[in-house]
Amino acid sequence: MSTATVPSSLDNTREVPGHRPQLVLGDNDYATVTEKVCRVVEGPFLETPRTWWILFGISASIVGMLLTMVGWLFYKGVGVWGVNNPVGWGFAIVNFVFWVGIGHAGTLISAILYLFRQQWRTAINRSAEAMTIFAVICALLFPGIHIGRVWLAFWLFPIPDQQLWTWPNFRSPLLWDVFAVGTYFTVSLLFWYMGMIPDLATLRDRATNKVREVAYGIFALGWRGSNRHWQRYERAYLCLAALATPLVLSVHSVVSFDFAVSQLPGWHTTIFPPYFVAGAIFSGFAMVLFLLVIARSIYGLQEIITLHHLENMNKIILATGSMVGYAYGIEFFIAWYGGNPYESFAFTNRAFGPYAWAYWIMVSCNVITPQLFWFQKIRQSIPAMMVIAFFVNVGMWFERFVIVITSLAADFLPSSWGMYWPTWVDLMTLLGSFGLFFTLFLLFLRFLPMVAMAELKVVMAHAKSHGDTVSRGTKEIAAEAAR
Amino acid sequence: MSAQTANGGGNGMEQAKLAGYLLEFETAEALADACAKVRDAGYTRWDAHTPFPVHGLDAHMGLKPTMLPWLVFGGGATGCLVGLGLQWWANAENYPLIISGKPFWSIPANIPVTFELTVLFSALTAFLGMLVLNGFPRLHHPVFSSNRFRRATTDRFFVSVEAEDPYFDESETGKFLQGLGGSHLERLEV
Repeated sequence: MSTATVPSSLDNTREVPGHRPQLVLGDNDYATVTEKVCRVVEGPFLETPRTWWILFGISASIVGMLLTMVGWLFYKGVGVWGVNNPVGWGFAIVNFVFWVGIGHAGTLISAILYLFRQQWRTAINRSAEAMTIFAVICALLFPGIHIGRVWLAFWLFPIPDQQLWTWPNFRSPLLWDVFAVGTYFTVSLLFWYMGMIPDLATLRDRATNKVREVAYGIFALGWRGSNRHWQRYERAYLCLAALATPLVLSVHSVVSFDFAVSQLPGWHTTIFPPYFVAGAIFSGFAMVLFLLVIARSIYGLQEIITLHHLENMNKIILATGSMVGYAYGIEFFIAWYGGNPYESFAFTNRAFGPYAWAYWIMVSCNVITPQLFWFQKIRQSIPAMMVIAFFVNVGMWFERFVIVITSLAADFLPSSWGMYWPTWVDLMTLLGSFGLFFTLFLLFLRFLPMVAMAELKVVMAHAKSHGDTVSRGTKEIAAEAAR
Repeated sequence: MSAQTANGGGNGMEQAKLAGYLLEFETAEALADACAKVRDAGYTRWDAHTPFPVHGLDAHMGLKPTMLPWLVFGGGATGCLVGLGLQWWANAENYPLIISGKPFWSIPANIPVTFELTVLFSALTAFLGMLVLNGFPRLHHPVFSSNRFRRATTDRFFVSVEAEDPYFDESETGKFLQGLGGSHLERLEV
């Protein structure tokens, strides 16, 4: 069929018209896929790969530092941060928006790609969903600690005050945020856990000691692969996917309302919701890519998380990166075309004012670097994609910095302008949130199945039969693909 | 091929109560064919166990579509009403708040929270509804007494027929299952 020098069973990045790429490489069947995925979590704890221990040691120490910083903040008050008039929203909101954005890729992969029948998602959806949950945990940290009087954090929730019986203001986007992010966290957690039940049952059934059997057994809820259960399970999964799809689009839209609903030049724009959503998916995919490249090499899962998967993610990064670049352009166009002097000043000030360095970091990381993915060689090069994914995350963090800080620092009246600089506490808290994120992710890799085995087996069974009633042996399929 | 006990025989077999039969298959096609025959034989208290959802098996088993989507719809409608009601009660009725001269009660400002609660309630209903309809958590079940059944979550396919089935007969059902072409037949005893 093809004259490729590499057999098609090894190179699944080759686009052959009318022929679907193989999603699982090598001579794998159901048993070997299970073995490869489960082996990662089943080894004796002390024999965990050294790389894991080193990474875990580093990130756990950073979590220690995060806790110290948060403790210091609670002890001294928000004065330890760089926020002051006129910039009352500093790193806390920048980090919040950044982390919520990172969290968007997981649900996009698990819900939207599911509805679009993108079968390549099965190898990566579990770890992307886990990443979503951990990113949202990092995001939720910041609204929780930034309010100064942390013991009154429950005022965020729709609970009437005990003295005056007043309620929160439901017309405020800040309260919408509580509902949007809270719902997003809950639904992502349900989706992740529900998807994991059959795989937890696999771990239970493979357990060689009682502790493991009981621990996984409790969370597997007594799953026994019953087809009567699969029927309801799949229907519930479809419902969750259909619900999570508008949800994921709504969450960053609501986050963008925090800015767009205000009157401030540079914030008060209607482009914000779609622009924020595209940016969120962009940064989220870059983060998933970054984590998966590391995870697959630590645990030798290159046959399951293949170059084809990574290349597909790079294509999504290219597409969303172009949308983000387009949004930057349109913002400037409207600032000029709209004829509002404050608006046009806000944008000139962004690109050429005191924070121009941040603006140009953002543009070079977000607009220029992803364009390199037009080249297939770069899309398929692991070092290149790692570098680009890193730059994309730097750029997306700076995007939030630029939006939040430049608009607040120089609004309508020059007499009320003022610069904002983070303190060391701000910087260490930001670093600490990365530590928390990586710690949680490393624990996930060690104790939970990082690939959705049951879903992957469906894809293996249907690799060639395109949704026929019953599956064929994977050996046959592999033989056919090698031909 | 003959029926073996789950525990590989041994003493005290006479006291053990027969809970059903477990028939193992190597492939999903073989399982699907067998399921159609079990369905046509009129059994009702039986099941197929697969490591992943096998498409088309619902028809082979004669399963009706689940009512779960209707429950989810009900959950979503409840969430929508709770969202609207909460905001109306809190900001328009119980303690009217004057914010920037806006009306106390106006739908557009209340859409985001209503939407989020609709999604939240529907998602919780989908998850909890699935658990309740499936009878989870249920940590003990006769099929777990079989050691071979441990592969049901990896790469083997099973049909189980419960002794409670009205058509169940120890020898007749055993013979019937033996004719289905499975690779191993087992008695489940508890």
